[in-house]
Formats: sequence, structure tokens, C-alpha cells
Amino acid sequence: MTLNLNINGRAVSVDAPADMPLLWVLRDMLDLRGTKYGCGTGQCGACTVHLRGRAVRSCQVPVSAAAGAPVVTIEGLSPTGTHPVQVTWKELDVPECGYCQAGQIMSAAALLSLSPKPTDAQIDAAMNGNICRCGTYNRIRAGIHKAAALAATGSQGETP
Amino acid sequence: MSPLAVDRRAFLKVSALAGGGLMISAYLEPLADLAAQGRQPAPPLVPNAFITIARDGKVTIIGKNPEIGQGIKTTLPMLIAEELDVDWSTVIVEQGDLDAKYGQQFAGGSTAVPANYDVLRRVGAGARHMLVAAAAATWGVPASQLTTASGRVIHAASNRSLGYGELADKAAALTPPDPASLTLKDPSTFTIIGQRIPGVDLDAIVTGKPIYGTDTVVPGMLYAVFQRCPVFAGKVATANLDHVKTLPGVKHAFVVEGSATPGNQLLGGVAIVADSWWQAQTAREQLQVTWNEGKASADSTASFDTTAAQLAAKFPTAPTRADGDAEAALAGAATVVEAAYAYPFLNHAQIEPMSATAHVKDGKVEIWAGTQTPDGARGLVARTLGVEPANVAIHMVRIGGSFGRRLYNDHIVEAAWISKEIGAPVQVRWTREDDMGHDLFRPAGFHFLKAGVDASGKLTAWRNHFITFTIDGERATASSGMSASEFPARFVPNYSLFTSMIPFGVPTGAMRAPGSNAIAFVSQSFIDELAHAAKQDPLAFRLAMLSGPLVTGGAAPGRGDWNPARMRAVLELVRDKSGWGTRTLPQGTAMGVAFHFSHAGYFAEVAEVAVDASKRVKVNKVWVAGDIGRQIVNPLKAEAQVEGSIMDGLSHLMSFEITIEGGRAVQRNFDEYQPVRMRQAPREIEAHFVTSDNDPTGLGEPALPPILPAVCNAIFSATGTRVRSLPLSKHGFRWA
Repeated sequence: MTLNLNINGRAVSVDAPADMPLLWVLRDMLDLRGTKYGCGTGQCGACTVHLRGRAVRSCQVPVSAAAGAPVVTIEGLSPTGTHPVQVTWKELDVPECGYCQAGQIMSAAALLSLSPKPTDAQIDAAMNGNICRCGTYNRIRAGIHKAAALAATGSQGETP
Repeated sequence: MSPLAVDRRAFLKVSALAGGGLMISAYLEPLADLAAQGRQPAPPLVPNAFITIARDGKVTIIGKNPEIGQGIKTTLPMLIAEELDVDWSTVIVEQGDLDAKYGQQFAGGSTAVPANYDVLRRVGAGARHMLVAAAAATWGVPASQLTTASGRVIHAASNRSLGYGELADKAAALTPPDPASLTLKDPSTFTIIGQRIPGVDLDAIVTGKPIYGTDTVVPGMLYAVFQRCPVFAGKVATANLDHVKTLPGVKHAFVVEGSATPGNQLLGGVAIVADSWWQAQTAREQLQVTWNEGKASADSTASFDTTAAQLAAKFPTAPTRADGDAEAALAGAATVVEAAYAYPFLNHAQIEPMSATAHVKDGKVEIWAGTQTPDGARGLVARTLGVEPANVAIHMVRIGGSFGRRLYNDHIVEAAWISKEIGAPVQVRWTREDDMGHDLFRPAGFHFLKAGVDASGKLTAWRNHFITFTIDGERATASSGMSASEFPARFVPNYSLFTSMIPFGVPTGAMRAPGSNAIAFVSQSFIDELAHAAKQDPLAFRLAMLSGPLVTGGAAPGRGDWNPARMRAVLELVRDKSGWGTRTLPQGTAMGVAFHFSHAGYFAEVAEVAVDASKRVKVNKVWVAGDIGRQIVNPLKAEAQVEGSIMDGLSHLMSFEITIEGGRAVQRNFDEYQPVRMRQAPREIEAHFVTSDNDPTGLGEPALPPILPAVCNAIFSATGTRVRSLPLSKHGFRWA
């Protein structure tokens, strides 16, 4: 069926089965391959994107459920790659293999949009659905705290 | 020469670039027998090209090895850039595809730094030498009056300088120097080596650029799923292919006969090829297959505890190693401890599931896929498809974690086979369930131990009956053996090791710190038991073990013959940094210690662990002391490898376990195979390095093994419960 989507601020129309996961529409139909597949069951968080401003696992979202609602992927988080989370991720060299990091960054950015100055407990809760097999968790935590401080100065990009 | 050092001669070669500029090549001739270390031999002598200097001064350096998250795409080019004497910020790093001109391209065994530390510095130094010579000729001054800095050659006496780009054309006409003649920088003058340098793909990662294997798009590419026989080496009996072919988007559905024997990994199954991966995967739900499962279908892990216990009492007539007289020493010991240890099969659970893209056309094969052994992939594809190795091109992509999973290339050979069958480029993607079910699993193992301590508290006897697995009835299955020189051999005067095997048809393979990732848990936990039985401090007991005379027992020196003084140094460092024995901890909180030598690295670790009344475990802090030689090439990546090794080890420790029923892996996804998550991770990991006077060695693996026993030993001190089999979750423990 034809579905009208709003991806990274652009209107696009796709012809896809209603139950096709948003993940595969993004990756294989719209060529937005920054969003990653890790488990297909919503347990690893590699496929995290923003739907209506909230972090969701795109492998669990039928594309029809995203029709008409704003979807933001890692490619659209900041037009210039300067969202505070991206900035501090680079400062701290957070990634090892990097495969999970798009999902980590999207979860972190969604957390900061809801809780601009998150506590460690809030970080634990928001990030617990994102597995990093390389074990970059402590740098992720530090990156979120630093990004919160950076965003508070209002100096760098913002979530569309 | 230490057993792990790799001796190479290098020869430099230079070429002028078509558009102007200079390309420095090198010949790498490996002299050491890498195969003796269980690794693939390097490809034959061929010229290679690591450095390109354009007329505008732009410097491009090739990263030759597979990047699996260990940072090697950054680390190896740093070695070249240092001696070339350029600013790192001006360097562009590109991934090299598989090409013999780069020498060995391999990720495994923590070997990249020791194998390349000297030779790649000489590649950089050779280029610098030629640029200096070009400047000397330009100015008519002796090269000895010239210096370099930041990509420029400087003649201080006349206050002149030229950029490398300006000298590139002239340098390209010169004869390259003998690398052995080059003087390398004094480490005190390093500006790149030893610096905290972020990964070269950092920008691409944080902005979601398509840099991984599964992101590959080739024009005209179709997508495939492959329903492998759930039992290793099984074959398709029947399949409803005619129906599957009618489903939306499906272009092809066919049986792959397979040729699966260990080491030849084209599995039997049904390939479904469609316009989109989702169509292929959706069609798969309607696929009905009956299988000829083969003999592995009789295998189940449930019976192994019983089988191992039965085997334990039947000692083989020939020991794997025997020093002194273990039986007599046990009979005369003041204190004897006996214990049975076990650890399970594991899946690698790398976060990027397997995938590969292949295009077979006119007898030529092109592959885009992550592999730790690209040369092995070329050979496997060539043999299986019956093409010349020279006609197999391997494009190397960034790899989303591996831990040894991509040593085997089963994902690549099946993609190549499917592409050959359909005559079109194809990407085969595995689901997580495919990945869980079709691994070469880290082998389980059982150790039946008995040891004795004399009246003075000295360890005098150690006997181990090790029970492992065999797929061919003769040899231990891949990565499941135990070296005769494995610790504590050499450190106990009366030591015996016996090995028995259980037949098992499921393939096994190497996983990060193979062997060591399990054996350290056994030996370092049992040593802890002995220390407590002897009423000694566990850390002091270990130092005493490492301080006695070494036993050679007539055994030939092996790769386990490491230097006890280096291990004592890291143990003393971790003792001091952690405040071992000097801190007052709350009830239910304790510290545990362990050490292990693997992959040429010496590591001692202390974990502070809290366990509550309902067996909820929190690792508060981990102190790590390591000795990987005199130079840490990139401290940022080194610390990341240590932290990652700790986190990985904690996943093994608490919850990772693959069980096999009827030849099939029972666990299917992360809900049944839980990696450590953020709130379970220790908040503090303190890494310290002893900069010893030894050649630099690698760090992908050796920090992992000690963390499992360190935590188990802390749990014992905190609760009195000794953990003798993994994972912890089997004993009612869970993360706090």
C-alpha cells in the first residue's frame, strides 16, 4: 500500500506492506542505512529512531504506524552532525565497533529532550534497552552528562 | 626472540603518481612461522602501497587490517604517520582491500601491534628519508643538516623549508632506502604514538554513514535469506520451493546441498532470493523443509555433566603433562582440596549479525563483507566455487563487532554460492536467530581438580583431569584444547594434566581470548580455594606461587612459558592501586583478585563486588594492571579495549550459555542470552599499564580472562559461596 511518511523533516511516499517494519523501510527503501538491525525483537536498541519525538525500536514499528508522524533517524538528528550528543560522542571517542551507536545516540538524544539534566538513574532507565557488546557504557554515560551540560550552554544544534 | 615476536624484513619501493606526487610502497617479507602460533601464514612477497603524498601535501595512509572495533584502522596508520613526521590531523586514512601487497591482513590473537610495530614505522621512516633526500638535492645541502616536522623538511641554517607535497615528485624519482638502515625516532620525540587519538571513522559513525558490511549496496543487488539446517552438516530432504517461488517479490528459491565439514563451511539449506530482504524473510515464514539432520542430531549438552563425571574417574594412561609425582605429593600434603569446575558453550553475540554481499560473474567473484581473515575467505570461496583465488576480490568493510565470529567465513562462502546460482549480485543477511543457531561456539569444558598444600602453606601438587570435546573422535575440537604449558604448569613441582574427550558433532571455534577466556576462571578460582584452605591472603599466595623456582619437567618450552617477574609486577601494581587488604568494606562487599597471561599480555585484576541477601550482584569497581610492553600506541583505544574486555567477561560470567538439544542451539535471541546492559556495568574501571622494557604487544584479548575469576573470588569472600560452574545465573545470582 502507499504510505505517506515524514522522515527527517521530508515528506516521502513509499509503497510497502502495512506490517513491514519501519526499520526495513528506512534502510532498504529510503537508503537510510545508519539505523541498524541487531535482533529484530526490540531487545538490543540498535534500530532506535525517534517517532513523534520519542525513542522507539523501529524493528517493532509497522510502517503504517509511522504514517504521517514525524520520524527522525541518525541521519536527521542534526543537519550538520553537531547535536550535543554527537559532539560529546566525538570528544570522548565513545564508539568501539560503532554498530550500536546510532541507536545509543538516538536514545540519548530522546532522553535529553525529555530530561535536559538527567540523573544517573534516569540514564540507566533510558539506556537500558540499548546493548553495546563492545562495552562502551561508561563513555556513553559520560557523553550524556557532557551533552546535557553542552546543551545547557545552548551552543550546538538541536533535535528537529 | 620471544615466541610471539614476529620477525620481518621490509623493502621499500617508490612510484610516481600519475597526477604527480609520491607513493611509497614496501615489500613485507615475513620470516617467522606464523602457522606455528596457530595463525594463517602470510601471503607471499608482494609490493604494497601504504602512503600516498599528493602534490598539495595531502597524505593518505592505508589501514590494512580488519577493523572490528579494536581501533586498528587508527592504530596501524599512527605507526606510519609518526615516522613520516606529519601532523595526524592532516592524515586521511583509507581501508585497504585484501591485497597481498599489504602483507598479512588479519584480526585475531592480539597480533596486529606486535607484528607491525617495527615494520610499519620503517615504512613511514623510509618515506621521510626520501623526502629529506629530495630536499637535500633541491637545496644542495647535506641531508644531515635537515630536519622534519609537521609534513615539512626544514633547513634551519638557511631558514628554508619545503612541504612534503612540494617534494613529492622529486622524491618519487629516488631509490628507496634499505629499511634496516633507517634510524627510527627516539620514543621521547614521538608526537603521534602514545597520544590519545580518536578513531578515524568517528564522524561517519556518529552521523550514521553506511560503512558496515550490511550497509553495502551494489547495483542490481538482490537480497537473500538462507534457511540453514538447524543441525550442523544436515541436508535438505524436501522443501516446498514451488510454493515459495510464488510469493511476493521472490525471484529464486533453491536448495543448497552444502559441503559442511569443520573447516569447509558451506552449510546445507534453502536459499530464498527476493527483490527486498523483507520479502525474502516474509516468504521464509511459509517455507516448509524436512531435513536429513545427520549424526549431530543425537547431541545434547544436558547429558554432558553426567558423562564428564563418569569420564573423570577414568584417567587416560598417558598424561598430557607430568612434572614430579603429583599422586605422591597429594598423598603427603597437609591440606588437599578437590573440586570440579565447568563452563558452557558460548555464542559470540557480536552486535552486527552476519551478512555478506557477493557478485559472481564470468568466473570472477567480488565480495563485500566483514571478515577477520580476508585471505582465508578468498581461499574458501575459491575452493568451494572452483575458481582461481586470484579471481576472488575481497572488499574490506568496517565490522560491527566480531570476537572471533568472522574468522570462519561461512557467511561469505554461502553468499558467493547463492550469487553463483542466481547469476546476480546478492546480499545474504542473517537474522539474530540465524546467528545464534549457526555459530562456531566457544567450547564448553570440565576440569576435575585435586591439589595439595604442605604444612608451610606452599602449593606442592596439582592434578587436573580436563574433559573436552572431539568432533572427529581423535583430536580436541577447534579451540577446545588446553596447552600442556597452561598455568599453573611450571609453577607447581608436582603437576599432572590429563585430557579426555566427549564426542560432539556441533562445530566450535575461537572466541576472544580463546582457551584463556574459560581456563582462567578455573585455575584462578581453584588457586583462590587453595589460598583460603591454606589460610593465606589470596593475593600473597599468588605472589608466592610466582616467586618459587620454575619447573621445566623436561617439557619443551611452549608459548605459555611467560616471565613470572612481569606477572608479579602487575599483581603488585593492582594490589597497590586497589588498596588490597587495606580497605574496610561493608558487610556483603569484598574484593577478589585474579591474573592471567594470554596473547603475550600480563594482566592482574581486582574486582570489588557487593552481593545482597537475594544474591543480587553489583561490581562496584575494577582495577586492572597490565603489561603489554614498553609503548602503548594509543592510550585511548587501549583503555577502551580494557573496559570492553571487562564488560564482555561480565556477560560471559553472569548469563551467557548455549545449550544444545538434538544438535540445535536452544537459545534464539538476546532474551535468552543477555549481554551486560548499562545499569549492570561497573561504573569504574581503572586501567594501569606497567611500561616494561619489552616489545609492544596486543590488547584485544588479554584483559578479558582475569575478570571472571576476580568477580567469583570476590563473591566467595563476600558470601562464602564458591562458584565452580558458569554462568552465575545458574546458581541463582543476578545483577543488582
